[in-house]
Amino acid sequence: MAPPAHWRRAKERYRLLGSKCENCGSIYFPPTKVCPKCRRRGKIVQTEFSGRGKVFSYTIIHAAPKTFEKYTPYILALIELEEGPKVMSQIVDCKPEEVKIGMEVEACFRKLFEQDDDGIISYGFKFRPIDDSWRK
Amino acid sequence: MFKKRDVAIISAAATKCGEQWDKSIKDLAWEAGVKAVEEAGISGKDIEYLVVGNMSGGMFVGQEHIGALVADFLGLNPIPSLRVEGACASGGIAFFQGYLAVASGLYDIVAVGGVEKMTDVEQEQATTALSGAMDFEWEAYFGATFPGIYALMAKRYMHEYGLKRESLAKVSVKNHYHGSMNPLAHFRNKITVDEALNAPMVADPLGKYDCCPISDGAALVILAPLEIAKKYTDTPIIVKSSVMASDTLSLLRRRDICTLDATVNAAEKAFKLAHLERSQVDVIEVHDCFTIAEILAIEDLGFAKKGEGWKLYEEGETYVGGRLPVNTDGGLKASGHPVGATGIKQIVELVKQLRGEAEKGRQVDNAEVGLAHNVGGSGATAVVTILSRG
Amino acid sequence: MKVGIVGYGAYVPKYRIRVEEIARVWGQDAESVKSGLDVIEKSVPSLDEDAATLAVEAAKNALKRAKNVRASDIGAVYVGSESHPYAVKPTAVTVAEALGITPHLTAADLEFACKAATAGIQACMGLVRAGYIRYGMSIGSDTAQSAPGDALEYTASAGAAAYIIGGENLIAEIEGTYSYTQDVPDFWRRECAPYPRHGGRFTGEPAYFEHVIKSSKGLMETLGTKPSDYNYVVFHMPNGKFPLRAAKVLGFTIEQVSPGLVVEKIGNTYSGSSLLGLAAILDIAKAGERILLTSYGSGAGSDSFSIIVTDLIEERRGLAPPVKYFVERKEYVDYAVYARNRCLYRR
Repeated sequence: MAPPAHWRRAKERYRLLGSKCENCGSIYFPPTKVCPKCRRRGKIVQTEFSGRGKVFSYTIIHAAPKTFEKYTPYILALIELEEGPKVMSQIVDCKPEEVKIGMEVEACFRKLFEQDDDGIISYGFKFRPIDDSWRK
Repeated sequence: MFKKRDVAIISAAATKCGEQWDKSIKDLAWEAGVKAVEEAGISGKDIEYLVVGNMSGGMFVGQEHIGALVADFLGLNPIPSLRVEGACASGGIAFFQGYLAVASGLYDIVAVGGVEKMTDVEQEQATTALSGAMDFEWEAYFGATFPGIYALMAKRYMHEYGLKRESLAKVSVKNHYHGSMNPLAHFRNKITVDEALNAPMVADPLGKYDCCPISDGAALVILAPLEIAKKYTDTPIIVKSSVMASDTLSLLRRRDICTLDATVNAAEKAFKLAHLERSQVDVIEVHDCFTIAEILAIEDLGFAKKGEGWKLYEEGETYVGGRLPVNTDGGLKASGHPVGATGIKQIVELVKQLRGEAEKGRQVDNAEVGLAHNVGGSGATAVVTILSRG
Repeated sequence: MKVGIVGYGAYVPKYRIRVEEIARVWGQDAESVKSGLDVIEKSVPSLDEDAATLAVEAAKNALKRAKNVRASDIGAVYVGSESHPYAVKPTAVTVAEALGITPHLTAADLEFACKAATAGIQACMGLVRAGYIRYGMSIGSDTAQSAPGDALEYTASAGAAAYIIGGENLIAEIEGTYSYTQDVPDFWRRECAPYPRHGGRFTGEPAYFEHVIKSSKGLMETLGTKPSDYNYVVFHMPNGKFPLRAAKVLGFTIEQVSPGLVVEKIGNTYSGSSLLGLAAILDIAKAGERILLTSYGSGAGSDSFSIIVTDLIEERRGLAPPVKYFVERKEYVDYAVYARNRCLYRR
């Protein structure tokens, strides 16, 4: 994959950004240029998600393409963000047997992959189980 | 406003599916093409329009311009020839396009084919090529694999409807059983539920036997207006309807990840246009890229309620001889999944069944109506075609 | 004009490996290693963590504590590390992008072994005081490398600490800074070498102690302060023994140095080390209390800071997890998983 393609969506990957239609209030992920509900009447602006959500579904990936091979087995999940939209991401800091549908998670910043030993390193969001125990 | 014509299939042919080292993409297309042309008793010169389904000649064999390639190699120049792509639904879309061409009255004899040459590249490159069926930016980029996407559907389905892995295994066992009697199938071995459950995991809960293979293969059918079909064959197969529908590219934007709305929409319209009921269907070929996909297909096509499709497998109802035979050629799992060809391969199987020409043991008794269901990606594209014996 | 800390944040990866486990593999005596280093286990990054990801996590926590500071108010980002993911392409820009600080800022990566980030703090102080920026951020972050079987393997760990420096909204004022720097080859790593090399006992007196002590003394002389004016002292922590010895030589008590000694259970987080120690103090210090911080970077140099906590600390420290949380939330791995995570098999 080429540098421009990595760079084009880096902001959204780093900060978990989506879109909001100021006309109807709908929130979207991935970012969109069109509000499917309002179409021409819609006014799309950037929105940043809190990062908190719940596991909607998950799987453990054992067979992965070369890019992700060294990370197997890893947990791939559909996370339902508290704002509504779903994202596809990995769950980290968690054993495969500990993942449950409905588990509360929060976004964190991790490496997605490296392109060869001398290629670009791609970063983005993953999710980890929420631990609020420090908030006493 | 023109009146649409009735369309018939006058011949249908397919190559074997599997690892065919000595055959190139051209060889595969040629083999299916020649068989179909000979069966219809026509000459290549009679074909007026060619549509070819192919997902990724580029990434598998460095070849694009597949429409031109097949027309050239089959000696069909200068007719219009195009390649259509809808990931794993490329074949079904090709059929849909060919059907439109004849139904519109603009073309009479139309050839519709599908071809995919997948085994030249290493597994890893093939997986990368197939991941183009997903949303690359927001799914593949984050570590999603194609089996992983369907595994997410399966896990959620298990959570909502209580499905167990054994039920998924039963889908695969049935498909291998049918495939064992199909000389064109990629896999001819029968398997057991235990073997399926203990196979290596690919993406939990899908193991090796829940996932269709990577195959080389081609298929081609020839369409003609029904009013002249009897000139070419004693058993024309009528295309009652062929409908294509779309849905979000990525799984994360779906309304319900346990339902392929594209299938539901295409099926609804297909049955309406065909003026037929589900109960009238005798045999179906569904898109079982993964075992869970077959169960969802049964439900989304309207043959079972959501959450209950798996129950048909408990009592063997989907076997040949059962209430609703599904994937009598072995499905994608056993008969193979040469991506662009699969949608046409399904049609070829239905034509065999409706003509009573399938091998003993897997021929459905007195099959009159058949339905083919071809899906692209995780459900972004679906094509439903209903055929009946002429 | 006052200048000081507006926000601080920490991050340590979840995984740990015990001294016993490393000693087991190399056939060494765990008890004597532990008592020699005063370290019992160290942090291990996940395979998908590196100095950039750790820096982002720490920086986010710092921004949370900086409460009214918007990302766009930050005018400088410096990341100090010995394990920058790229040799050329700064970690700082990834941090800036991830926090939404881009594009109106200056940024650079710094390297000075374990003290690069404190040099970054000094740079921010200068830019703030001179009126060029409103706030600046310096982050010390490392996934430190150590050769398998080398003594450093017991302590070279992973962690990050981030500091937002400004002239207003201070939770701690920096009343002075002093540095002591010379060319000393005590510990180094050539660009293509996967692991550092060091001079054994040479890393002690002429390196660590020379600079830590001279820098701390220089600061106190400049400000006219003495050890008893401080409630806490934090030194760079290559192990649990060196800071205690430095404290003793300088005349600090065990009570002043112990609260910041985070190394025992997370190891030496290199560029994050002294700054994580400072964060641990800020997690508990009361308004008006004074802290002496002296970092040390091999090569060699030390940066010292005299810090007074303000009353804003109470309402801000609870906005992000304390160092204690990171030290205590852990899961152990064995040497095989450690080797896999650190890609030891590749070199």
